[in-house]
Amino acid sequence: QVSAALREGRVGAGELCQRCLARVRGTGLLNAYISVAEDAALLEAEEAEKRYRRGQPLGVLDGIPVAVKDNFNTAGIETTCASNMLKGYISPYNATVVQKLLDQGAVLLGKTNLDEFAMGSGSTDGVFGPVRNPWSYSRQYKEKNPSKSHSENEDSEWVITGGSSGGSAAAISSFTCFAALGSDTGGSTRNPAAHCGVVGLKPTYGLISRHGLIPLVNSMDVPGILTRCVDDAAVVLGLLAGHDPKDSTTIQGAFKPFEIPDSIDVRKLCIGIPKEYHVPGLSSEIQALWSKATDLFKDAGAKVIEVSLPHTSYSIVCYHVLCTAEVASNMARFDGLEYGHRAAMKQSTESMYAATRREGFNDVVRGRILSGNYFLLKENYEKYFVKAQKVRRLIANDFVKVFGSGVDILLTPTTLSDAAPYVEFIKEDNRTRSAQDDILTQAANMAGLPAISVPAALSKRGLPLGLQFIGRSFQEKQLLTVAKWFEKQVKFPVIQLEDMKRHDCNVFQHQKSVS
Amino acid sequence: WLPVVGLEIHAQISSNSKLFSGSQVQFAAPPNSLVSFFDASLPGTLPVLNRRCVEAAVMTGLALNCSINKKSLFDRKHYFYADLPAGYQITQKRVPIAVNGSLSYSLCIDNKMSRMVTKTVRIKQIQLEQDSGKSLHDDTRSQTLVDLNRAGVGLMEVVMEPDMCCGEEAAAAVRELQLILQTLGSSKAIMAEGQLRVDANVSVHHPGEPYGVRTEVKNINSVRFLAKAIDYEIQRQIEELENGGTILNETRAFDSKLGCTISMRDKEGKQDYRFMPEPNLPPLILYDAKSLPANRNHQQVVNIDWIRERLPDLPSVKRAKLVELYGILPEHSFTLLNEDGLAEYFENVIKHTQMKPKKVIGWVLKELLSYLKEHALAVKDSPVSSFLLADLLNLLERKEISSSAAKQVFEELWKGEGKTPLEIVKEKHLELLRDQEELEQICQAVIDRQEDEVMAIKAGNQKVLNKLIGLVQRATRGRSNPVLVKQILEKKL
Repeated sequence: QVSAALREGRVGAGELCQRCLARVRGTGLLNAYISVAEDAALLEAEEAEKRYRRGQPLGVLDGIPVAVKDNFNTAGIETTCASNMLKGYISPYNATVVQKLLDQGAVLLGKTNLDEFAMGSGSTDGVFGPVRNPWSYSRQYKEKNPSKSHSENEDSEWVITGGSSGGSAAAISSFTCFAALGSDTGGSTRNPAAHCGVVGLKPTYGLISRHGLIPLVNSMDVPGILTRCVDDAAVVLGLLAGHDPKDSTTIQGAFKPFEIPDSIDVRKLCIGIPKEYHVPGLSSEIQALWSKATDLFKDAGAKVIEVSLPHTSYSIVCYHVLCTAEVASNMARFDGLEYGHRAAMKQSTESMYAATRREGFNDVVRGRILSGNYFLLKENYEKYFVKAQKVRRLIANDFVKVFGSGVDILLTPTTLSDAAPYVEFIKEDNRTRSAQDDILTQAANMAGLPAISVPAALSKRGLPLGLQFIGRSFQEKQLLTVAKWFEKQVKFPVIQLEDMKRHDCNVFQHQKSVS
Repeated sequence: WLPVVGLEIHAQISSNSKLFSGSQVQFAAPPNSLVSFFDASLPGTLPVLNRRCVEAAVMTGLALNCSINKKSLFDRKHYFYADLPAGYQITQKRVPIAVNGSLSYSLCIDNKMSRMVTKTVRIKQIQLEQDSGKSLHDDTRSQTLVDLNRAGVGLMEVVMEPDMCCGEEAAAAVRELQLILQTLGSSKAIMAEGQLRVDANVSVHHPGEPYGVRTEVKNINSVRFLAKAIDYEIQRQIEELENGGTILNETRAFDSKLGCTISMRDKEGKQDYRFMPEPNLPPLILYDAKSLPANRNHQQVVNIDWIRERLPDLPSVKRAKLVELYGILPEHSFTLLNEDGLAEYFENVIKHTQMKPKKVIGWVLKELLSYLKEHALAVKDSPVSSFLLADLLNLLERKEISSSAAKQVFEELWKGEGKTPLEIVKEKHLELLRDQEELEQICQAVIDRQEDEVMAIKAGNQKVLNKLIGLVQRATRGRSNPVLVKQILEKKL
């Protein structure tokens, strides 16, 4: 819609940019942005406006403000991964996906906040502080949670965004931009999308280039797309997907961008409900929502059957082994020599490495590196790493069998419950939380399948609940079609954001304006 | 004692760009001027495989009689070092590109070129891997300087099984491998430029007993030092064991100045490299004529059979051809191939002269080669071109000059003043004396002077005749035909 507005001249790209930037400033309390590239964005918007006036926009995304998670390389704009290791690091190149957005004329507002190096499920463990869920400041939430006393407690009731792409989810949810990039390794795009009431798409592994995405787990990472509606996600997907010679794991062969039809007939569909996803911690609210959604499809004439993915219960442990092993390997390059933080230690090269890595990484990262190295030791390799790879194959085969038996799409919850208050969330450590929160999302990463979280309803506490659809490899069109149909049925409410008072100036002190 | 020697050879692939990135490969460029984002391990960069490097490895594998693995895999080998920016090297551990080959090489027995024996060493495997950068330790300023130009350059690691027994064998094997790589063009293999690095694994044991503990010898900068280092290490181990000591499984560096190996005790204990599959590179798939998909041509994939058909003649084949074509001795063919460009020189002379190859070879291997060695020149820099030599040999063949005169002309040609052999001959009056009378006069003069020798000859000592011939030669300044001189002298005596 906004694209149409730009084309028709109802609003200028420059003005649009200004308004979004103002919004970014106005929502500073959320801490969604690490860097804001104000001057660059305004310049890009100006260029876009010129193109529109000439009647030659580059495409649908021309002049549209977007945000990018801070683990994507952006030339000239700091890329920190929310870590001391890369504070101040200015990359000399753009990630392929960033370049594609820019080539389409998108206006890059800034880099969004995350868990350090994308490790976490709350967006609470980065060096720039946690991200606050915009719904904490919505009328819907406030109505259901009247604060006990005035201003002091208001600040302690805020809920997390989920993670690790919480900054991007919050940025979309609070209307600062129209599309945002996240990353998804175990659910990092879908989880915060569900908690923030936005659409979060994890594409098939190999569909979108990872060149320039600072890796967590190379064999599972994908760039994720966050938008306010499914149609938008399809548009962005169409612009980003396709072979990249710089990424040898992208598929060959041309990708055809698609438009989702407006009228969708679900009668020919077969929806699978995996019984193993009725996990113990699942809130009764989500259970009920899941059932309701199932009925929705049944009533519309779709075939809905229960299916089994028997190895689901092993996926968390398997994921843990493979993830930490790759993390240990990927983080080996951070030695302070070529770029990034370097400790002042000069006694020897080894002591410099040790000090640099201790100072540069938080506990979560260091913990995973140690675990990963343990699993990769010669005497452990067969027992852990190879075994985990075998289990991974079994998990992937579960999906192959189910999809091969006539099921088109799987329907599951995305998260165990609605967003937790920050003070509750931090009572458990990162590893525990990740293990709990990833359980519904990370099997799709293990199998490389596309999955999408769509906002479904509000919880008793007035917070968003999302549901997840998992599709066949490279069948994003079918996946998004079903998702759009569902989106139309549920008519998820628009967030009613109240003005955020600037409670604590320290919260967003770090937020820099980068030219 | 039975010494056992195996080799691990790293050959730098001759290619325009590096194994996984597009930066250039060039020797002795300004520090850190050939480093791409990937080589510097900037976060978010990914490896992209260089096709030429794969082809080089396939060519080398075929030349060494290996089975080429149609599917091979890449792995990460982790360790921390300043010249390894990513903290890991991408190599092939699980399934390398080529396995189970062999290399035949020749050895002179008792240092006599005339007695050569052929030996074979098994090639365990050939794998593709990245080279590391270079670090220079500046102890005075307590700092290490790192140059990443070499980081990421493609290497072929060739592993030779412990089938060799001494420095000489290892040196011969490496020499032959060098020639093969240079012939294929897959590596320039010049040890002095670091394009060929050899580490030796050495152990000793008594016949019938299991193999001894082996040591690894590194830091060997030439083929000559390779033989020395290995022989030293074998001796060291024997002495150590005979004195009741034990051999540690360690790495030792060869010190060329002292001629011995020194323990590198501060490096590595037992390193665990935490090998892991490289997740950013799919398995490397190669095709042959049978498995080639219908819609692909050789431009789009690497076709083993296509490469095999286009392999150049390997050194052993070239040598055999030289021997067969020209009737030269096998050891001559070795020398011809050992010097860069010498075989081509030889063949060009043959083309332009009537002299028989068996005689030409003498001139090329004795005169030309010794002059080249004396002046430390390569064949391509020879002041005497093959055409000039051919001209000279023609004069000799037509008996217009004697062979000692020819040698004088050659010396003159070497000055490189641009004169032709004929011009030199005229200038220095080196033409063979044709005047029979003048020759007879000179012979008579010599006979008259050398009374003692004449008497000896008349007494039956024919060998002394050669002295007289030599004197006549000297008197004529090499312009007499020795055969004719002999006839005249014999007639007179």
